[in-house]
Amino acid sequence: MSNVGFTAYLKRDLLLSYRRLGEAASPLMFFLLVSILIPLGVSPDPGRLAELAPGMIWVMALLATLLSTEGLFATDHQDGSLEQMLIAPQLLALPVLGKVTAHWLMTGLPLTLVSPLIGLMLSLPSVAVVPMMASLAVGTACLSLIGAVGAALTVSLRKGGLLLSILVIPLYIPVIIFGSAAVQTAVDGFNWLGPLAILAAMLCAAIALCPLAIAGALRLVSSN
Amino acid sequence: MASNRHWTWFYRLGSPRWFYETTGRWLPWLWTLTLVLLTAGLVWGLGYAPQDAKQGNSFRIIYLHVPVSFLALAGYYLMAIAGAIGLIWKMKLSYMVMKSAAPIGAALTFLALFTGAVWGKPTWGTYWVWDARITSMLILLFLYLGVLALQYAFHSQESGNKASAILALVGTVNIPIIYKSVDWWYTLHQPATIKFTSAPSMHIDMFQPLLLMIVALYSFYALALILFTRAEILQRERKATWVCELALQAGKDSAGEAG
Repeated sequence: MSNVGFTAYLKRDLLLSYRRLGEAASPLMFFLLVSILIPLGVSPDPGRLAELAPGMIWVMALLATLLSTEGLFATDHQDGSLEQMLIAPQLLALPVLGKVTAHWLMTGLPLTLVSPLIGLMLSLPSVAVVPMMASLAVGTACLSLIGAVGAALTVSLRKGGLLLSILVIPLYIPVIIFGSAAVQTAVDGFNWLGPLAILAAMLCAAIALCPLAIAGALRLVSSN
Repeated sequence: MASNRHWTWFYRLGSPRWFYETTGRWLPWLWTLTLVLLTAGLVWGLGYAPQDAKQGNSFRIIYLHVPVSFLALAGYYLMAIAGAIGLIWKMKLSYMVMKSAAPIGAALTFLALFTGAVWGKPTWGTYWVWDARITSMLILLFLYLGVLALQYAFHSQESGNKASAILALVGTVNIPIIYKSVDWWYTLHQPATIKFTSAPSMHIDMFQPLLLMIVALYSFYALALILFTRAEILQRERKATWVCELALQAGKDSAGEAG
């Protein structure tokens, strides 16, 4: 009974993105396209690319997630279904968590799954592929949750996108530090589970706290 | 009844008019205190404190740099607490304090970064390094700017208040995490060129003026916050009767002086 809101919104949002696959695929396209710019802009030399790869892959994944975050509540706000969600007689945090989970399944997870390809193109050492995927999977979930707070705060603004990135990027910093640290320690041949465990701890904290902040922001900001 | 009386001072704080009138009485004293402390601290620190053995006179910027950095950080918490009070008790005044704290805090953070850069050139030989503390201050600046930008993005004052209060609170939860992770990131990368030699053991003759400057900056912060909040009160309450009367009175006074 209590998690009806969670599953209902998860299913609804997944169905909506399935019907607009082109839109849902754009963060992924962005991720792939930006990775072409790096060898063109820096150097095609495999040695230098391998040195930059852990950090660059994380920066690109972060930007791709950020770009897709703006639409998280915007369409619902425009067509009025956000109001429906707000007046429903249940804990608002659960449908919110369902929406964010759907967002992660449509952005973070695909990014994680194509990241080995990008790693290959940027000559990331093969020992780092599994750590990269693990850290991206956990880290992008954090990014989705944190980004959703910003998206909820800016939902009623007409040009919220740029403001959203200003609000959210400082909050993303811990995630990118430990995410790229996990990949980098694996490249250097050390145990990469430490940074990953910290990322997982951040995810736990974010799952507990972010839905409350998102729910509060949605209620307060969209009420007038 | 007893508990009622206990809380009256708190409820009274919610009245912008009460705040405006009370702080109006404090202002002359606060101005005097701030100016005396600042002058004394600056003259003592810049003129009379002994030179540093390694850095010579360039270390004297510490008397501005350290107090300003203190307040930049403390100001964020003040802003967030004011925002939380606004969200919980729906006090108009605390939103005004929160809005006033944001530009002051951003300016202090910028000043901390700027004095740090000026100090860094003679000491470390460069204006900017990706040191843990400098990086954290830069992030703090952007947190402040985010709150400020969000406040002005809304047409309705009410939404802007609430949204920036929530953002300030989210930032408060994040600040310790950001600080720890930047610290960790820094120890990972180990650029070994920087050593902050004179920090832990400071001679008492150098420390006393620093302490005085910290107190002076706190007093300056209080003064600036009160002045900003008073301006905000007049701006937001411009349609209230007491503000109109105040404006009429001020108009009469200046007319009287001119005549």
